[in-house]
Amino acid sequence: MLAEKREVISERSDWTMELIEEYNAAIADIAKGEFKLDCYPVQLEIISSEQMMDAYASVGMPVGYAHWSYGKKYLTTERSYKRGEMNLAYEIVINSNPCIAYLMEENTLTMQALVIAHAAYGHNSFFKGNYLFRSWTDAEAIIDYLIFAKNYVNECEERHGIEEVELILDSCHALQNYGVDRYLRRRENELHHEKFVQSDREQHLHNEVRELWQRLRQDEDIDEEVAETRLPAEPQENILYFLEKHAPLLESWQRELVRIVRKVSQYFYAQKQTQVMNEGWATFWHYMILNKMYDRGLMTDASMMEFLHSHTNVIAQPSYDSPYYSGINPYALGFKMMMDIKRICENPDDEDRRWFPDLAGSDWLETLDFAMRNFKDESFISQYLSPKLIREFRLFALKDDDEEEHYQISDIHDEQGYREIRRKLATQYELGYREPNLQVYNVDVKGDRSLTLRHYRDNRRPLSDSASEVLKHLHRLWGYRVDIETLTEEGESSITHSCG
Amino acid sequence: MARIVDRRMDGRNKSAVNRKRLIRRYQAQVKKAVTEAIARRSITGTDEGEVINIPAKDISEPQIGIGRGGLSEQVLPGNKEFSRGDRIERNKSGAGGGGSEASDSGEGEDDFSFEISRDEYLDILFEELALPDLIKTKVVHQKTAKPVRAGFSNTGVPANLNLSRTMRLAKGRRLAMTLPMQRELAEKEEQLEEEESKPIPNQLLTRRLREEIAALRSRVLSIPFIDDHDLRFNQFVVNPKPSSQAVMFCLLDVSGSMTQSIKDIAKRFFILLHLFLNRSYETVELVFIRHHTTAKEVDEEEFFYSKETGGTIVSSALELCNDIIDERYDVADWNIYVAQASDGDNWGADDAVCEKILVDKLMPKLQYFAYVEIESNYPKKLWDYYENVARIHPEFAMRKINGVTDIYPVFHELFKRKDVAAMGAHA
Repeated sequence: MLAEKREVISERSDWTMELIEEYNAAIADIAKGEFKLDCYPVQLEIISSEQMMDAYASVGMPVGYAHWSYGKKYLTTERSYKRGEMNLAYEIVINSNPCIAYLMEENTLTMQALVIAHAAYGHNSFFKGNYLFRSWTDAEAIIDYLIFAKNYVNECEERHGIEEVELILDSCHALQNYGVDRYLRRRENELHHEKFVQSDREQHLHNEVRELWQRLRQDEDIDEEVAETRLPAEPQENILYFLEKHAPLLESWQRELVRIVRKVSQYFYAQKQTQVMNEGWATFWHYMILNKMYDRGLMTDASMMEFLHSHTNVIAQPSYDSPYYSGINPYALGFKMMMDIKRICENPDDEDRRWFPDLAGSDWLETLDFAMRNFKDESFISQYLSPKLIREFRLFALKDDDEEEHYQISDIHDEQGYREIRRKLATQYELGYREPNLQVYNVDVKGDRSLTLRHYRDNRRPLSDSASEVLKHLHRLWGYRVDIETLTEEGESSITHSCG
Repeated sequence: MARIVDRRMDGRNKSAVNRKRLIRRYQAQVKKAVTEAIARRSITGTDEGEVINIPAKDISEPQIGIGRGGLSEQVLPGNKEFSRGDRIERNKSGAGGGGSEASDSGEGEDDFSFEISRDEYLDILFEELALPDLIKTKVVHQKTAKPVRAGFSNTGVPANLNLSRTMRLAKGRRLAMTLPMQRELAEKEEQLEEEESKPIPNQLLTRRLREEIAALRSRVLSIPFIDDHDLRFNQFVVNPKPSSQAVMFCLLDVSGSMTQSIKDIAKRFFILLHLFLNRSYETVELVFIRHHTTAKEVDEEEFFYSKETGGTIVSSALELCNDIIDERYDVADWNIYVAQASDGDNWGADDAVCEKILVDKLMPKLQYFAYVEIESNYPKKLWDYYENVARIHPEFAMRKINGVTDIYPVFHELFKRKDVAAMGAHA
C-alpha cells in the first residue's frame, strides 16, 4: 500500500495538454490494468463550448448532413446553455474506432479527469462490449458512412434543390423510429423473467435471420407483384425499409435518402435501449477509477471533493413530487444498480442470497462484465434490480386506467410488490411499450395502391395526436393514400387515420 | 496511448449551414417578426438583431407516439405515504399519470424562439428589394478612388517635385558639406592676406597659399547645387472614396389635418427608407423638411414630434427641397432621394404648381421620388397631378397607405426590382 503511494499529478485546477496526458495515462492504467476494461483506442479532442454545442446539435455525430432540424437543436442547446440550465461537460462520446471523446476547454482538470474516465473508458468499453451495439452499430465504418451521407445529401441538393431534399428528409425523420426490424412484440410480459439472457440472444438472432429472409423475399416480391401475392407477405415493422424497397413513386436518389435516414437512425437504436445501463456503467467506472486514483495518491483532497460534488449531482434522483422531477434519472438508476451488483457479489445478505443465488459471492468484475455485454435496459432491470434498491428509491407503481375515476397505487416497495415493481419498471424501458407497434400491413396492389399500416393496440392506449401529421409524411413518400388500421385487444380492426 | 487532439482552432460554425436552413424554412415567420420590429423601432434602433418566435406546432418534428388514454402503469420514485390500493384524484398534481414518459411526442409545447443577428435582420428585410436604378446599385460596391496627399517621398515623377522642400534640403546639404572647407579657406585667405601685408612677403609661402586656396575653391564649387538626395516629391495615396453617397429628403406635411396616427405611419415609412438607403450607400445624409403653408428645414426631433397647425401649401416644401439641392448637393456627387408623406390635402391652386416644380426642376435631379398618401378617405386633387408626374418620370412612385400594417407591403412594392430593361433606359 505504502509502496504504491505516488506523487499527486497536479495541485492546480487548470489543465494543460501535458497534465491531460498524464491523467489519461493514469486512468488508462487503472481502467485496463486494474479493472480489465476492454476499450477501443481512445482519441481525446479538446474543443470549445461552441464546438460542444455543434456536437450536441448533430446528436453527437461528428459529421452530419445539412438539415434545418439540426439548426433548431443548436439554437435550443445554445439557449439553455446561455441560461446556465445545462452542463455541457459530460456526454459527448462517439461510438467509433478510435473512440472519440470531447473535452471542453472550460473544464477544470478534475472535470477533464472525470470526463476521460466516464466517456473515454466507461462508454467506450460499453460500446465495444454490449451486444446491441455490437450488432446494430459499426464503430469501424460509422464515420465514413456519415461522410458519405453528408456528401450524398449535398449532391442531391445541388441536383434537385434544397426544397426537394428537405421534403424527403422531413418525411423520413418523421418515421425514423420505424427504420429497424425490432424484436417481435412480447404480449405477455410475465413470461420472460429468469430466462432473458437466453431469450434476448435468441430473439436477437431471430431478428437477424428475419432480416435476411426479408431481403430474400423482397427480391421475389418484385416479380410476384404481378401475380396475386399479398404485399407485404407478412406484416413488416421496418416501415422505412419497406418504403425504400417498394414505394412506387420514389426516384432512386429519394430511395437512397430513405436508406440514409434508416441507417443513421439504426445507429441510435442501441443507444435508445441502453440508456440506464450505458450511463450507469460509465458513471460506475468514473467513480471507481477516480477513487482508485485518490487511493493511489494521484489526486488531491480538493480535487476529490470537486469530483464528488459533481458526481453527487449527476446521480441525484428527485422524488416524483419534486419540482425537479423529470422521470427516473438513468445515471442514478444505472449507477446504483451497478454498485448494488458489486455489493451483492462482495457482501451479500440473506435477502440477496434468496434473490440472487448466482450472484452472491461471485467475482464482481466478471459479473458486471457479463451484465454489460448481454443485456439491455429492460432485461437488465428485470434481472438485477434488487429489493434493496426498490426500497432505497421508494419505488411505487401507479395505475392509470381511463375507465376508472381514480389513479390507483398498484404496488409499493414491500415483499408483495418487489417483483411486480421490477417487472413494471422493466416494461417501461421496453421499446415496444414506449413506442406504438405499427406495421405495414397491406398494399392494395391491384386497386388504388393504397397502403395500410396496422396499429397493434395494447391496453387500449391510442396513438398520439401527431399520428395524423406523421401520416402526411408517409403519404408523401408512398405517393398514394395511406391508412392506419387499429387492431384492438379484442381482435377488431377499423381504420382510425387516413391521408390522401 | 491515447491520441489527444486540440480541435479548438478548427471551424466553429459547423452548424451555420443548419441555421441557414432553419431561417430559410421559416422565412415567413422570420419576415413577420422583422416587419413587426420595424413598427416598434425608432430610426436609430436598427443596430440589433431580432427575436423570432415560431409557433410550436409549425416547428415540431412529428413522431408517432402513444397518446393519453387506455390503461398504463408507471413506476415512480419517492413514495412517502402511499399504500397498495390507494386511490388518487385524477387532477391531483404531482402524481399526474403520464408524466414525462407518456408525453414524449408532445414535448416542447412552448413556442420556439431564437435570435437573428442584425445582418440577418437587415438581409431579410431587404432581401427582395433593390434600388430602382439597378446600375447605380451595382456601382455602390465599386468604390471610385481619389488621390489624397500623404506626406513626401524621395522618389516620384518630376511633375510632383516639391520645389521648396528640395531647395531647402539642397541648401542645408551644401552648407553642411562645404563648412569645413569654407573654414579652411577663410583661414588660408587670412594667412595670405597677413603674409602679403608684410613688408617682404615670403614668395614661396604666398604662392603655396594661393594654390591651396584655388584648390579649396574648386572643391567647394564641385559640391553639387542639387543632389539626388535633396529631391522631395509630393506623395499621393489612392484612397478609396465612396462615390456612393446619398441624401434623403424627408418631406412631411404637418398641417392641422395631419393626425398623430398619420404622422406615426409617415415616420415608419421614413425609417424604412432610411434603413434601406443606409444599407446601399456608404453615407446617407438626411434632410428633414416639414411644411404647412411654409416649409422649414428642421432636425429629426422637431421633424417628428413638434406640433403645428394651419393650412397646406405643398409646393413650399418642394421649392425648399430644390433650393437645398442646388445649394448643398451637387447632382454629380450625390444620389438624391425624396420621400414625401402627406394626407393629400393641399391648397387647390397649389397642385398645378407642385406638378410644374416636380416635372421641370426637381425630378431631373433625383434618383427616386416616393410619395405616400396616408389615410386619405376621399379622392384628393394632388394625387391626380402627381399621377401626371409619374407618367413623365418613371422614377416617381406613389402609393396609398391606410394603416401601420400597410407600410411594409407598400415599401416592398415601391422598391420591388423593376424590369431591368425599363430601368436601363433611364440609366
